[in-house]
Amino acid sequence: MQNGLFEKTRFRTAGDRGLLVEYGEVIDPAVNNRVRSMAIVMEDKPPMGVTEIIPTYRSLLIIYDPTMTHPAELQKMLKKLEARLGDIKIPPPRTVDIPVCYGGDFGPDIDTVAATNQLTVAEVIKLHCEPGYLIYMVGFTPGFPFLGGLSEKLHTPRLETPRTLVPEGSVGIANNQTGIYPVASPGGWQLIGRTPVKLFAPGRKNPFLYQAGDRIKFKPISAEEYTRLVEKEAE
Amino acid sequence: MMEVFSVLTPGGYTTVQDEGRYGYQQMGIPVSGVLDAFAFHCANLLVANPKNSAAMEITVMGPRLEILSQADLAVTGAEIGMTLNGQPIETWTSFSVKPGDILDIQQVKSGCRAYLASNGGIDVPQVMGSRSTYVGASIGGYHGRLLKAGDVIKCGPGKRLTDMRKMPSDMIPSYPPEVVIRAIPGPQDDFFKEGLEVIFQSDFMVSTKADRMGYRLQGPEVKIRKGMPKSIISEPTLPGGVQIPADEQPIILMVEQTVGGYTKIVTVISVDLPRVAQATPGDTIRFERVSLETAHALYQGQQKKLQDLEGKLSEN
Repeated sequence: MQNGLFEKTRFRTAGDRGLLVEYGEVIDPAVNNRVRSMAIVMEDKPPMGVTEIIPTYRSLLIIYDPTMTHPAELQKMLKKLEARLGDIKIPPPRTVDIPVCYGGDFGPDIDTVAATNQLTVAEVIKLHCEPGYLIYMVGFTPGFPFLGGLSEKLHTPRLETPRTLVPEGSVGIANNQTGIYPVASPGGWQLIGRTPVKLFAPGRKNPFLYQAGDRIKFKPISAEEYTRLVEKEAE
Repeated sequence: MMEVFSVLTPGGYTTVQDEGRYGYQQMGIPVSGVLDAFAFHCANLLVANPKNSAAMEITVMGPRLEILSQADLAVTGAEIGMTLNGQPIETWTSFSVKPGDILDIQQVKSGCRAYLASNGGIDVPQVMGSRSTYVGASIGGYHGRLLKAGDVIKCGPGKRLTDMRKMPSDMIPSYPPEVVIRAIPGPQDDFFKEGLEVIFQSDFMVSTKADRMGYRLQGPEVKIRKGMPKSIISEPTLPGGVQIPADEQPIILMVEQTVGGYTKIVTVISVDLPRVAQATPGDTIRFERVSLETAHALYQGQQKKLQDLEGKLSEN
């Protein structure tokens, strides 16, 4: 095993329409990169009978039509693709900048995050904006990114009592994770800021700004800039 | 497009649904769509619609509707009382309506969900390829929400029937309070040992927490093998996956889920998902183990049955 990748890909039966393909059992950029590569190659030329390909942290869920294909066929096809993976050019992941207005009403818990980690608010913002966070998976709510790479200096436990409503665009921290709420929902994350950018717009030509395998970089903005960008989004 | 229904009372939980929104689960959009695909397809066939035309999904208590245009309608699924201008009418049979009629769909007698199809299909905008309502993100269906009093529902242009259609009685499912649901072990059956015996040999009761997201069951504890982790790295879920959370009481996942971090011990086969959808709190579920090959054969058999039905119904 190298970089957490299985030597032999594992297949699991997920009912009569799902084949789960596992490349490792750890959260690891190398494993996720394999997932991303296989998803890109398959989506480029979808095999017959495959209706949906869902990339995750360390596996692909393939949904198929049992009247058109069989999981044994899919396994054979996947093994062939894997063997050829080295010869296929995979486009590099994109980095998507997300502007965030930190603190104040938008980030009511930023003082908690600072106090928990013995930092100033300015240091929290600086540390949070530094990494290009890998999007391991998108799910839970529309466009919710599961991000890897939060600095250990920012780890903060969840709220003891979750909020009944976290506003759309809120940026938060929960233990070793950071993320954004694309739609308003209940949630227990420590909120440190908010983005004016619409991460999920069902009527937009591309309803989403990023996908699994891309990277997110947070850019600090002022309250004035936030207002200006909200107005621009409304246009 | 014609205005066909004016909603007088909306019923328990009435939404516009089609087969579902495919291709966006990787972005966190659940498939949504009808819970009982068989009843939904039959409702459309009874009014000579394409199988995937949008219809109303009715839950436990039906709506009261004023009819605004001439149309052919059919109600399938749960056994449910229904009157047209006060006169009782049958489910699983098409009937025509005219402006001013009052269609009153009452309470289910057995089963949980019924489908009301209208010729032409319910016309709401397609959102990301589907007309299904996903209330969680307020998308699809009628303004992304449940129907309420005062809503006016349009239908697309559709051919009127020359003769009314009736479902052959031997093809109408029954919805008894005790059901056997067939399931295939996996995807995480290797996390269990005695747990697999428990799941296939016990009676489980449908709890009051049973909705479009999932059906929580109550019964003996389904234990994960000693030494195995209680949770897994979050991964996508499929309708029918039977999740074992920390309290060891199974949840049958339905159509409004995208990811989960608990193991799935077994997965309900596609043709039996409607039986889960028609179960109500207090009903008993027993799981029966089948092979993947059996599940595929049953699925193909059902597709064929629907095709034959389409042929049979269009003869008259």
